[in-house]
Amino acid sequence: MKREDGRKADEMRSTTMTVGVIPNANGSAMVKMGNTVAVAAVYGPREMHPKHKQISDRANLNTIYAMVPFSCTDRIRPGYSRRSQEICKVTRQALESAVFLEDFPKAAIDVYINIISANAGTRAAGINAASLALADAGIPMRDLVASIAAGKIGDEYVLDLAGKEEEETFCDLPLAYMPKSKKITLLQMDGDLSPQDVKKVMELAIKGCEQLYKMQKEALKKRWIK
Amino acid sequence: MAELIKKEREFVVPGDEIVKSMDYLPGRNCFRAGESICARKIGLVSLSGRVISIIPLSGKYVPKVGDMVIATVEDIPGTRGWVMDINSPYKAFLPLSGVRDFIDTNRTSLDKVYKIGDVVYAKIHSMSGFDMIDISMQDPRARKLRGGRIIRINQAKVPRIIGKQGSMISMIKDRTGSRISIGQNGYLWMDGGDEKMVMKAIDLIDTEAYKNGLTDKVSKLLGEPKKPAPAKEVKPAEKPKEEKPAEKPKEEKPAEKPKEENA
Amino acid sequence: MNVETMMNVQADYIVSQAKAGKRVDGRKLDEFRKIEIEKNLIPNAEGSCRVRMGKTDIIAGIKMSVGTPFSDKPNEGILISNAELAPMAAARFEPGRPSEDAVETARVIDRGIRESKAMDTEKLCIEKGEKVWIVNVDVQVMNHDGNLIDAGALGAAIALANAKIPAYDPETETIDIKNRKEKLPVKLKPIAVTIHKIGGKLVLDPTLEEEDVADVRLTVTTSDSGNVCALQKSGQGSFTAEEIEEAIAMSVARGKELRKLVE
Repeated sequence: MKREDGRKADEMRSTTMTVGVIPNANGSAMVKMGNTVAVAAVYGPREMHPKHKQISDRANLNTIYAMVPFSCTDRIRPGYSRRSQEICKVTRQALESAVFLEDFPKAAIDVYINIISANAGTRAAGINAASLALADAGIPMRDLVASIAAGKIGDEYVLDLAGKEEEETFCDLPLAYMPKSKKITLLQMDGDLSPQDVKKVMELAIKGCEQLYKMQKEALKKRWIK
Repeated sequence: MAELIKKEREFVVPGDEIVKSMDYLPGRNCFRAGESICARKIGLVSLSGRVISIIPLSGKYVPKVGDMVIATVEDIPGTRGWVMDINSPYKAFLPLSGVRDFIDTNRTSLDKVYKIGDVVYAKIHSMSGFDMIDISMQDPRARKLRGGRIIRINQAKVPRIIGKQGSMISMIKDRTGSRISIGQNGYLWMDGGDEKMVMKAIDLIDTEAYKNGLTDKVSKLLGEPKKPAPAKEVKPAEKPKEEKPAEKPKEEKPAEKPKEENA
Repeated sequence: MNVETMMNVQADYIVSQAKAGKRVDGRKLDEFRKIEIEKNLIPNAEGSCRVRMGKTDIIAGIKMSVGTPFSDKPNEGILISNAELAPMAAARFEPGRPSEDAVETARVIDRGIRESKAMDTEKLCIEKGEKVWIVNVDVQVMNHDGNLIDAGALGAAIALANAKIPAYDPETETIDIKNRKEKLPVKLKPIAVTIHKIGGKLVLDPTLEEEDVADVRLTVTTSDSGNVCALQKSGQGSFTAEEIEEAIAMSVARGKELRKLVE
């Protein structure tokens, strides 16, 4: 099949990852998947405010996901939309399994994800960047978290939907994965697909995550080992 | 004993499996998952006997009793002491009992002793629970910092900057003539001497921290010893020490001595 | 609140250095840090520019849409500026409503562009009284190490100078951003230069710690002719009339040099 940008069905977009892009943050990373660019910054562990939201036996992983006004075709008004609030929640839960939150009772680990350029797969790029930022910050984790979306267009299972593919696909399935523990920490889908097909699409997404994981390790090594 | 999957001094990321064997024990920054010992943070593998640890490369300072830290007065709630910022996930507290002189709180308000923004060199005295950290000024090295300047350093690299039994930091002090106090919590205070050279030495240690021959590299950078700076603040008009005119070029030593540096 | 308490030692150091005409990083009082520019990096934006001044890092982006003009200016397009002091850029920035600093930064940048009449807004009219182009200038701060207004204004000016108007079909009332041909009608290049007073001395392009120590600042925006098109004094302190005159002269001179980067 011919994809809009000439890729093979199971090929992801050209991806680059850079760790340590925001000097003020304790950890940070930029992930580019095609024209989708996500920047994540982590501050913490630090004091949690307001006090009444502190959790007595673990840290609060506060995740804020926002799209920069000029990132999309139409300008996005600053502030939170329902879409971004939902993405904050699923992103947070995708990352929570990986972090040893119990090491820092009552503290806050603030994860800020900004999409500065959007062309589909923004939550996946955001999670990839956030996971790198958390590791960069020296926050204890069980595993890294990688994420990508997959779908089915026509008869083919397709990896890393981009541009118009988000509309053409029978299903849009973003997935986040802890590669060493082999655990899925984010799973969403919308579409119309048989259970067998869902399984195939998930397997493709997992393969994509494994490739991204290798890149994440390289990016971390490049930042810290000169 | 089983062979390590990740070797000594190899770079690992969280989740990386270092060894799959019950013969080893998980030390600092490691955890056991089934039969495997895995890394919890990015860092370098370190093996000591049967204990596998990870030397961390980043992360916020986690206080330990006995550490000397550079702390800033953040708040003075009431008359029991001072709330201190130690650049850690939790705040520390300097109680009245931690100060050398007796303070009659009926006659002296605490901010006359230390006010908000004052910076002290103090010791972590006790920790009861993760967030009840008491510091104390009773240690002979403890004092209020006056003059000089403060730079931030990666707290994970502090052991390398101090060196074995303080050898590295002593060398830097002697050769630059600068008075230096290091906080385990990632701050360095310096006053006088060749401050630029101190920063160059810190940068070098930061980049080369875990490579061989670090001491020699730093020694080469620092060059000949300078006269120590006077304790009082020097007036700008005096201009005591400019950049050393004949600065040794920073070329890499070709034949490195295989000296192992253990923090 | 996550504002770090200012360390007195460091504040005193910065002030005493400034009094002696020196700065922490060795720059002269009126010297700017190294500036790096990256143009048109955001495909979906009509124009964009990333500006780095030292560690300060901002991206300015232009998005255009079609809307109804203001009733008192029926044949003029509309220019709106916004600045996001994103929480990722500094520990002290919090998510939520824009702070008064964010609002001030945006309005100062906006005033410079508007008052200099940099944009020929009449050329942005599509149908008098009915349809005009709305130009949104958004400045996103990525890392805050001081001098956001100057960096943001520079980024905005370069983004505007490079922006192209998308094709508009009045029949279907749709905008095609894949089809951008004409450049925005930008006539002038306003440049903002903010002068900070530290230790009684006038300083340009401060780092964040220098900015925190300054008690007052003045933003002077000039246009190509060397005329002043906007002024904004900010901070608790004050200026003498002579200092303001000197500040304006500094802005005119430095503005000329920075303007060369706008193309």
